[in-house]
Amino acid sequence: MTTTVSAPRQVRPPAPAPRPARRRSRTWVGWSFILPNFIGFAALTLVPVIASLALSFLDWDSYSTPRWVGLDNFERMIHNDTFWTALKNTAYYAVGHVPLTLCAALGFAVLLNQKLKGARFFRTALFFPYITSLVAVAVVWNMLLSPESGPVNQFLRAIGIDHPPGWTTSTTWAMPAVIVASVWRDLGYYMILYLAGLQTIPAELYEAAQVDGANGWQRFRHITLPGLRPTTFFVLIMLTISSFKVFDLIQVMTEGGPGRATLVLSQVIYREGIVQGRFGYSSAVSMVLFVIVLTITLVQFRLQRRSER
Amino acid sequence: MSRVRRTSAYLLLGLLSVAVLVPFAWMVSSSLKADADVFSVPVRWIPAEFHWGNFSAIWGRIPLLTYLRNSVFLSVTITALQVLTGSFAAYGFAKVRFPGRDALFLAYIATIAVPWQAYMVPQYVIMQKAGLVNTHLSLILLQAFSAFGVFLMRQYYLTIPDELSEAARLDGLSEYGIWARIILPLSKPALASLALLTFVNTWNDYMGPFIYLTDNNLWTIQLGLRSFVGLYDAEYAMIMTGSVLSVLPILVIFLLGQKYFVQGIATSGMK
Repeated sequence: MTTTVSAPRQVRPPAPAPRPARRRSRTWVGWSFILPNFIGFAALTLVPVIASLALSFLDWDSYSTPRWVGLDNFERMIHNDTFWTALKNTAYYAVGHVPLTLCAALGFAVLLNQKLKGARFFRTALFFPYITSLVAVAVVWNMLLSPESGPVNQFLRAIGIDHPPGWTTSTTWAMPAVIVASVWRDLGYYMILYLAGLQTIPAELYEAAQVDGANGWQRFRHITLPGLRPTTFFVLIMLTISSFKVFDLIQVMTEGGPGRATLVLSQVIYREGIVQGRFGYSSAVSMVLFVIVLTITLVQFRLQRRSER
Repeated sequence: MSRVRRTSAYLLLGLLSVAVLVPFAWMVSSSLKADADVFSVPVRWIPAEFHWGNFSAIWGRIPLLTYLRNSVFLSVTITALQVLTGSFAAYGFAKVRFPGRDALFLAYIATIAVPWQAYMVPQYVIMQKAGLVNTHLSLILLQAFSAFGVFLMRQYYLTIPDELSEAARLDGLSEYGIWARIILPLSKPALASLALLTFVNTWNDYMGPFIYLTDNNLWTIQLGLRSFVGLYDAEYAMIMTGSVLSVLPILVIFLLGQKYFVQGIATSGMK
């Protein structure tokens, strides 16, 4: 026997009008999710970020009472040639590291994006330096670049360069040496970003271009490069920010030397603040670093938006 | 693709990959040599005699076991905390609507863009006042609540349709229940990539331990390796042995989780 009793139609309750009590409980629920993370984040990131601005106007060594000194720290900074050397070196590092890493990453990505067997192996091999510890990277490169019998200089002598540079022991060549090691380490990471970017370019564009008789270079120039513009923009910002923050690699490879040949801003901040305890002065240098990074990022955003129009 | 082009692409890639891998080859090869043979002229890529003994000798030269234990402890604790609090907070940001949420999220995003060096000093002062300098707890607190983890997880949660949590709500599941029983199981790839990235970053971190840890017993493998280089800079083979040992765990983890690594980087695009 079949009874055709229609099941009671499920009636969706009408969307409840937002009652204050309900909204309050929602707020509480929302905060309860965020709170465990937020407490740590606020105390150890948000507050320090805000405090560093205030610190740069103080004279303070953590033991004495802080004293408001206005722009004194900044004034001392602009008359200090260690600061200018570090600023110049930081810019030197960025100018070398950013374009070289970008070109290497782009080149590898384009090569790997072709349908080749074993692409996975190459991708893995090229990415691996990025997740290797910086200490190991720095130590190995120092040994490879060792002036007398390091493999790099042995190779250079073998191809006829009689007096190869002393690399990390030479004031002229220490920075290029550091840059080479850093490009080697970073290119795999940006290559992956580029590979992801290449996947978003429709294959039909290439097919159409081929029909029109465009050669490989023309396809790269007129399809690949424009298609990768958002990725390049992102890579450029990330690379610039990370270049201005460089510390570990230089600290382990050269400790800023020889002399002050590879001294960068982050080392000045570390030495002045944490080693010497001059918190105010160190924070003033931090502010400069922060403003530089911010300015470059904003300029890049502006340029990007203009080129999109 | 024509055969010529294909062959030249292979050749180029092969050549470049070899060039990229040379430093690793040098590292492994030197770790198996006697000190005197490391800088032989001409370069010997395969040791004349394999000194496997380097790998057992190094444990007696420096407290490697202590360093490794510290590194494992810090990496595991920080990764666990970051994945837990990060995914929990991300649920609040992605799925619960409440006033002030977006402003709060903006504060998280903004700090990602601030260079760490810019607030390193006030952070250090806070730790100093709390008496936590030279403890593992300082590093755990510093790294367990990263804005990046929250950001990455939130981006992933946004791709999970809201209807799922709506339906669960109608079924009477609490928000915490939805997070634990619906969202978490669905976000395994994101959780895995966050865990891997955090683990590797913590394992390789040099600057944090360098600034906060002065006591030799608390050092991580990175600090231990660096000090070894300073103390025994004539023992090249030993230094390379230590480097190999510090890289090995990362290699294993990387090969196991390669898929998630690449996915994590390609989708989030951030470090």
